[in-house]
Amino acid sequence: MPLNRLKTLVVLVFFSTLVACGGGESNVSSGNREGILHYGNGSEPQGLDPHVVTGVPENHLIRALFEGLAVKNPYTLEPEPGVAESWDFSEDGRIITFHLNPRAKWSNGDPMTAQDYVWSWQRALNPAMGNLYAYMLFPVKNAKAYATGDLADPEQLGVKALDKLTLQVTLNEPTPYFIQLMDHYSTFAVHRPTIEKFGKSTDRFTKWTRVENMVSNGAFKLSQWRLNRRIVMEKSTTYWDADKVKLNGIVFYPTENIVSEERMFRAGQLHYTQVIPLEKIPVYQAMENTPYVQAPYLGTYFFLINTKVPPVDDVRVRQALSMAVDRDTLAATVMQKSVYPAYSITPPGALGYKPPKVFGYDLEKARALLAEAGYPNGEGWPGLEITYNTSESHRKIAVALQQMWKEALDIEVTIANQEWKVYLDSVTQMNFQVARRGWIGDYVDPNNFLDLYLTGGGNNNTGFADPHYDDLILRKAPQAKSREERFAIFTEAETMLMKEMPIIPVYTYTSKHLINPSVRGVPSNLMDSINFKYVWLDLETKTGTGE
Amino acid sequence: MWRFIGIRLLQAVPVILAVITVTFFLVRMAPGGPFDSEKAVMPEVKAALEAQYRLDLPLPQQYLAYLGDLTKGDLGPSFKYPGRDVNELISAGLPVTAELGIYALLVALFLGGISGVVASLKPNTAQDYIPMSLAMIGICMPAFLFGPLLVLVFGIYLEWLPVAGWGDIPGDKILPSITLGTAYAAYIARLGRAGMLEVMSQDYIRTARAKGLPEWQVVTRHALRGGMIPVVAFLGPAFAGLLTGSFVVETIFQVPGLGRFFVQAAFNRDYTMILGSTVFLSTLIVLFNLLSDILAAWMNPRLRAQFGGR
Repeated sequence: MPLNRLKTLVVLVFFSTLVACGGGESNVSSGNREGILHYGNGSEPQGLDPHVVTGVPENHLIRALFEGLAVKNPYTLEPEPGVAESWDFSEDGRIITFHLNPRAKWSNGDPMTAQDYVWSWQRALNPAMGNLYAYMLFPVKNAKAYATGDLADPEQLGVKALDKLTLQVTLNEPTPYFIQLMDHYSTFAVHRPTIEKFGKSTDRFTKWTRVENMVSNGAFKLSQWRLNRRIVMEKSTTYWDADKVKLNGIVFYPTENIVSEERMFRAGQLHYTQVIPLEKIPVYQAMENTPYVQAPYLGTYFFLINTKVPPVDDVRVRQALSMAVDRDTLAATVMQKSVYPAYSITPPGALGYKPPKVFGYDLEKARALLAEAGYPNGEGWPGLEITYNTSESHRKIAVALQQMWKEALDIEVTIANQEWKVYLDSVTQMNFQVARRGWIGDYVDPNNFLDLYLTGGGNNNTGFADPHYDDLILRKAPQAKSREERFAIFTEAETMLMKEMPIIPVYTYTSKHLINPSVRGVPSNLMDSINFKYVWLDLETKTGTGE
Repeated sequence: MWRFIGIRLLQAVPVILAVITVTFFLVRMAPGGPFDSEKAVMPEVKAALEAQYRLDLPLPQQYLAYLGDLTKGDLGPSFKYPGRDVNELISAGLPVTAELGIYALLVALFLGGISGVVASLKPNTAQDYIPMSLAMIGICMPAFLFGPLLVLVFGIYLEWLPVAGWGDIPGDKILPSITLGTAYAAYIARLGRAGMLEVMSQDYIRTARAKGLPEWQVVTRHALRGGMIPVVAFLGPAFAGLLTGSFVVETIFQVPGLGRFFVQAAFNRDYTMILGSTVFLSTLIVLFNLLSDILAAWMNPRLRAQFGGR
């Protein structure tokens, strides 16, 4: 019967094509030769429209394709010229005038103008847009009123084009971190003719970000986008500072599975990984010339406390719980020395801000406080539940806390995991007692962490409310005359917060990457901010993977 | 025969409609929505988003609107990937998943078919026990163990094959195909052995032997066709299983297939994507089951007689 012979033939052809391939040069060595960076980017981006998407992988892609008025220097994190070659503040600090670089161009050759920014910010703030990051522009006069629909006329926004190259921004009040926000993609300019060609300006789903349509203004431009496979960019020739750009191209991989990502790195398929599996950290830490790079990150891992439900409505119980957490041991064991113990919501070192240390690991005091609250040696303890979203590392930390509290205070604590969206729902509805939480800063300023706990704030979720605290953050800090004075106000506020303890800080996040030694110009910084403009590949380096 | 196919196709319609209805209301009952995120979303923003995606309408109206779009073949826009619609995401993932499934099926047929037949020729000897034990291990060993093992040996120690990707680097399709195929090879081996054993004891095989045919001709010409019927009956569900069940392998090897979208859609509450892929895959499963029934009928003379075909 010919069926069988046919089948054998098919199978033979199949295997010979498969085997005939194999071998070949690794991405890393061909990339080093051609100046192409192979970058593990974590996941497939939601999209590439700066006013629609949110997320870290999106941030990397968009900041390679676009450039803001000012950009963060990757070494210092201080702002430096981007599309604007300079900017100056009015006497009272409320009016900023940006002077655009006349050489700044869109990738289709159009010059960039101040009007581009006026239109783009109107788009970013348009209520119909549904931009999750609209609030980034809220320091601008009338921005909040327009975004929430209270003001219908976008012309009343505090952003004006004085001439083709001069942009004037009026703020509600002096905002020292405003220039930093110019490097956040929600404040980027987009190319009006391109967007209008493919739909209404506020449409979330048009095709303007596709390879064949996209017009951008950054150091790189989009040349290939294969869904869930890779995004390829090449150096843009129209970029005003193209002489300084050293890479010829970047390939971004959606490395969703971090275990596979590490294997791709080892096999020379990637120059750079987004993260590293926890259990691999000790192996890489022990290596000589390790490709593992770890640095503090502007983010805090903590537990929210619902201050409205017993037994944690009692501040003494909250303090006792927090003091009985042995953060050093937790960081060293469960987290494999890959994080730093935290005693405050603000991570240390945000442009010179040192958070106060109000409390420490103190079992005696914890026991005394618990006894004062009516539970001596845990007697009469009504029970407590820790809620976390399903994840192996969150589970380990919750179990560690459960054990520490059992041993130190002799109290029973249960843990409950919830699927991500269920967990978000529980946290928003304040349907929990103690819940795991993390916060990553959008810009380097204590304000970004401390304003979470304003009365009724959308991310407060603890029931913490204190008019004095609100006054410090909303009124006193913006009016401070100097950075020192401002930071002193933040210290006062944070001290109040850590005494009331609506949250239990646990550790400061770290950025963790595997970086091939040939990759240069990727300094570690608090924002884990990479500026591809500065990245280059050193041919002289032996292309090892650290093994 | 045509009548049989027609009836089966008609039966499929209410099945698929039930799948749509149950899925539609079930995903809405899950807590949390597509726009919930770790950062609080302003109510105005949320309202604008819901309006853009028709979520502000009453649920029954949304359901009817969805069915209306569906009859036009439109599965709606994705919530997670603004700028992409579900049709596009499925058509980007399907060819990859199908290719992976076909390769895996070939691997499975090749390995499973040979070891099943080999085992059946000398039952209860080492020639039977060894392939069958291997098959048992193959069934028991999950892909998330077998895949990384293959990667470790062939990708990292021997450096013969790429560790991840699909169609980017020569040879990167080999390991995912083998990983996915092996589990099915094991089933096929066991089904093939059972089918062959039954056939080999039939009278017409004795006749063939009595004619003086060499044993290999007895097997390939006469026994195989009848002996493989259970395998063929298994192929339809198996291929549907390969399409829907390749998620683990796709994740291990970063294969840009349908499985990853399907599973992530559920976590993201990407309503349209969950519905779209469920409807699409359930339709496929129904079709493949039908196909394998037809194929089995074609191979089995007794069934063919029932349908009155020739």
